Amino acid sequence: MSAFASHFAFEFRTGLRDRPLLLMNYLFPLSFYVVVSLLMTQLNPTFRPSIIPTMVVFVALTSLILGLPNPLVSAREAGIFRSYRVNGIPALSVILIPALTTAMHTLIASLIITFTAPVLFHAPLPVNWGAFALFLVLTIFVTAGLGVLIGVISTSTRITILWSQLIFLPSIIIGGLMVPRSALIGALAKIGSLMPSTYSVQIYDTLANGAGLDAKTILSMMVLLVGGVLAFALASYLFSWDSQNTTRRGSAWLAVAVAVPFVIGMVLL
Amino acid sequence: MSEPVIKVLGLTKSYGEFLAVDDISFEVQAGEIFGLLGPNGAGKTTTLECLEALRLPDKGDIRIMGIDPVRSVRRLHNTIGVQLQTSGLPASMTVGEAMRFFAAYHGVAPRYDLLDRLGLKEKVGAQYHALSTGLQRRLALALALAHQPPILVMDEPTAGLDVPSRVELHELMNELRSSGITILMATHDMAEAEKMADRVAILLRGKIVATGTPRELTAAGSALTKVTVSTSKKSLLLPELALPGIQRQSQQDEYFICFTSDVGLTLKAILAYIEERDDAIIDLRVERPSLEERFLEITTEKVE
Repeated sequence: MSAFASHFAFEFRTGLRDRPLLLMNYLFPLSFYVVVSLLMTQLNPTFRPSIIPTMVVFVALTSLILGLPNPLVSAREAGIFRSYRVNGIPALSVILIPALTTAMHTLIASLIITFTAPVLFHAPLPVNWGAFALFLVLTIFVTAGLGVLIGVISTSTRITILWSQLIFLPSIIIGGLMVPRSALIGALAKIGSLMPSTYSVQIYDTLANGAGLDAKTILSMMVLLVGGVLAFALASYLFSWDSQNTTRRGSAWLAVAVAVPFVIGMVLL
Repeated sequence: MSEPVIKVLGLTKSYGEFLAVDDISFEVQAGEIFGLLGPNGAGKTTTLECLEALRLPDKGDIRIMGIDPVRSVRRLHNTIGVQLQTSGLPASMTVGEAMRFFAAYHGVAPRYDLLDRLGLKEKVGAQYHALSTGLQRRLALALALAHQPPILVMDEPTAGLDVPSRVELHELMNELRSSGITILMATHDMAEAEKMADRVAILLRGKIVATGTPRELTAAGSALTKVTVSTSKKSLLLPELALPGIQRQSQQDEYFICFTSDVGLTLKAILAYIEERDDAIIDLRVERPSLEERFLEITTEKVE
């Protein structure tokens, strides 16, 4: 088995057998999906078209923003990366493989939601499956990048929670998930535009529902794409093998640069 | 003498204002066990970490079988096996997975025979967090040897091990040396260094203060041999006793203890003295100065 395959297989299995990761990848988001969809469809039947995009973005947020960073930080703290380094494991594998395997779990959970929502809650399926795939890929890509970046720059698991919540909670509240962007007051809608979920929902609402490509959607796609690329690039640049060896190529504050495409999006959206 | 497999010349490394390693140089020959000795904070781990490419030296030159750790990290990691002092594996990784995982990155087949040799055969399916400290260190050693490196670097190899595990590990280190593997180890355990190392370098405050075989180092010290005797009639337990060669003497728990500069002469005199008084020996011990005593002597001299 090649090194990549062996590493990938191990990380993928870890996402299932490690209880906190299993919780973040499947148990919590899928339970949330069932409970919230049950409640919301009873209270507000117009919620049905929002179930798939909302819950898919929610899965990405829990597994990739809340779940992915912590194992990276604790592995660095426990000296696991030192073991990897002295055995010639490249830094890129240490960053990318957990991101890829968590993305796989996110994809699986997202597909479970997509194909059960119409049966369980009479949610409409996406009209344009190609656009749905684009929405899924971009959402997973940007949240994976942000998750890895949080894992790379956090100095401890406690700080990780702070950084993760800085994205997770606003995304839920003002990022177009629980409340549609159109229902938010101006300032809140603007602040919500700093969250990747806003752009994901924008892409789904237009393209996946069969509407044509408009400027807002193109902007949303660009923001997510550039945000993801920037997040992975910064994570790779700022990666440190060792919590005892503080040598880093740049200040952890450089990570704030990942907000640039979202700030531009906030101005233009 | 053959070309050394490890050459360190003028290695210097500091952390901010703290000079951890100060212009040290040493060489390790093929097939020997070389020990870096020193108290905590002497610079042993920093030295090893520079050799393992975990840290960048500020100054100096390192060559490991001709490889510069700063420039050729990939080649280096295929040439050395490393057992770190503090490291870990993912908690849920099983012993078998760890072997497959690291072997894959080295591009070799998994060495399950090493797991058998290190007593991990029954633990192949056990997760890392469920292993005792001793088993975790054995696994780390098995992984370090998986790609059959010609050089093994061990940082405090027996730290946290119980006595049987230490003995087993020492046996394995001897086997590895016999098979031609060069071992560079850092330890603060003098007994271990004296027992295992062919040559040692004593590090103190980032500098090498002595180098040589354990025998050479101990011989370079005060060179007094300790003689301890107990007899049935206790004829030696006299404060005014004066025998040839003895530099100083004392009594403890019915034992006569003396330090002599001429062990042959002193022993002959002790035996004659006992025979004259129709006494009989119950216990007699002759101990040359240990590396630990010499180490304390050196470190005290340098600190003063």
